[in-house]
Amino acid sequence: MATAGIGVGVDVDAVPLRHPGRWAAGVVILVFAAMGVHSLATNPNFQWGTVGDYLFAEPVLRGMWATVYLTVIAMAIGVVGGIGLAILRMSPNPVVAGAAWLYIWFFRGTPLLVQILFWSFIGALYPRLSLGIPFGPSFVSGDANHVVPLFAAAVLGLGLNEAAYMAEIVRAGINGVDAGQTEAASALGMPRALTLRRIVLPQAMRTIIPPTGNETISMLKTTSLVSVISYNELLNATRLIYARNFQTVPLLIVAALWYLALTSVLTAGQHQLERRFARGILPRVGERR
Amino acid sequence: MNAGSAAVAVPMVRAERVRKSFGQHVALREVSLTVAPGEVTCLIGPSGSGKTTFLRCINHLERISGGRLEVDGELVGYREHRGRIRELRPRDIARKRREIGMVFQRFNLFPHLTALENIIEAPVRVHAERRSEATRRGRALLARVGLADRADAYPAELSGGQQQRVAIARALAMRPKLMLFDEPTSALDPELVGEVLEIMRQLATEGMTMIVVTHELGFAREAADTVVFMDAGTVVEVGPPATLLTAPAHERTRAFLSKVL
Repeated sequence: MATAGIGVGVDVDAVPLRHPGRWAAGVVILVFAAMGVHSLATNPNFQWGTVGDYLFAEPVLRGMWATVYLTVIAMAIGVVGGIGLAILRMSPNPVVAGAAWLYIWFFRGTPLLVQILFWSFIGALYPRLSLGIPFGPSFVSGDANHVVPLFAAAVLGLGLNEAAYMAEIVRAGINGVDAGQTEAASALGMPRALTLRRIVLPQAMRTIIPPTGNETISMLKTTSLVSVISYNELLNATRLIYARNFQTVPLLIVAALWYLALTSVLTAGQHQLERRFARGILPRVGERR
Repeated sequence: MNAGSAAVAVPMVRAERVRKSFGQHVALREVSLTVAPGEVTCLIGPSGSGKTTFLRCINHLERISGGRLEVDGELVGYREHRGRIRELRPRDIARKRREIGMVFQRFNLFPHLTALENIIEAPVRVHAERRSEATRRGRALLARVGLADRADAYPAELSGGQQQRVAIARALAMRPKLMLFDEPTSALDPELVGEVLEIMRQLATEGMTMIVVTHELGFAREAADTVVFMDAGTVVEVGPPATLLTAPAHERTRAFLSKVL
């Protein structure tokens, strides 16, 4: 005989377990959150009015777009350079592999800030840059400060450094692809480069994309470093404003809000890309044998 | 099926005292074997006997350490020039491999491509076959392995047996003159083995030259013209299945058969 609430064919009707700890933790956090919101709303030093005035100000928007532009170009250099370096690093030629290793060692072993400063002072190191035959005549040459303008220094500093990190990510992705895939492609008579492009890289993408998304988000914020060479991106744009009106805190909030908005957009994009490259791995929605 | 004119034709595979070692470990010591065009040869033997290594040497996935190995009258991985043996360029090795189909134990289908895309990838990219033509042939091959309705499925959506059938179709799409099978049913659930063996049996009847590393002695008995028993990197015994599987001449063959039958 079934007692109340227990029996075959009957839904279980039990008294649920209480979780007082969860409630307590929730209350504590809500109290802190309320304090935070209260202080944001009432502390006049935040000067939300000023934040609102400058959030869509023309120089701020220009700086914001410069940041986006810088991120895109630097990441493009980083990804293309990273794939190239990863391939060189796996070369059977020890000199080629060694050169790639040296590059990665140098660019990961020195602070990015130092590298950016170096690029901006390249003119002091090599006053004239020229293109020509090694140790022979040169075809084009020019003053380094003209050949490497501020934007180039910023992009080179960020992009070349990123390439070193991307190389390791790409290499890990390529190594993560089952060796049987390369063998199957070889057995079909596919040449090495074709195998890499059509078989290995598309599969490596699955493991390369999540960290690359993180790198991109990180890059977006790292671009603020080039404000030290006065490249006019988002942070520098707000700094120029508060240097004149001394509204430091509200303008830093303006910058922070834009960085938050941009990284949120990137996070959403990263999620979409991950789904796209999971093709053949995750079962497709609404389709099954 | 048993090639009557094999004696005059160039053998499809001719191995002469082939040796292969991995560092200290000797995987093959003096393997000699001849496979005639149209012949079906099954390699059997305990694990570690060198069957798979020998198979992989035939399409140069492994490079032999000594001896001589020819496919259809040409050296594998090398060419002879003024009495010297020279290594082939990767591009030429790739070209030779296109004539030899290989089916792997773990299928090795490309997981990011559908069944049909797996099949047409190499014909389109390597043979520069027109996509429409490759697709038409690909669908016909899928129909031949009984998977006409699964063309758009990704490998992860197929059973092991279905994946292996797609892998066979993929190898056939290159119109090989020789097919190598490396334990094609060993990774399959028992109830899926039959469907793969059935395709291979069909292929054998159609006159394809096949070398099959297998533990399926039933398949060897029915479909093979020749069974080769290997042990410890050597060929112990070669013969028609009726003789080798029922009345082996060697003690080692007998010991192996008594364990697996």
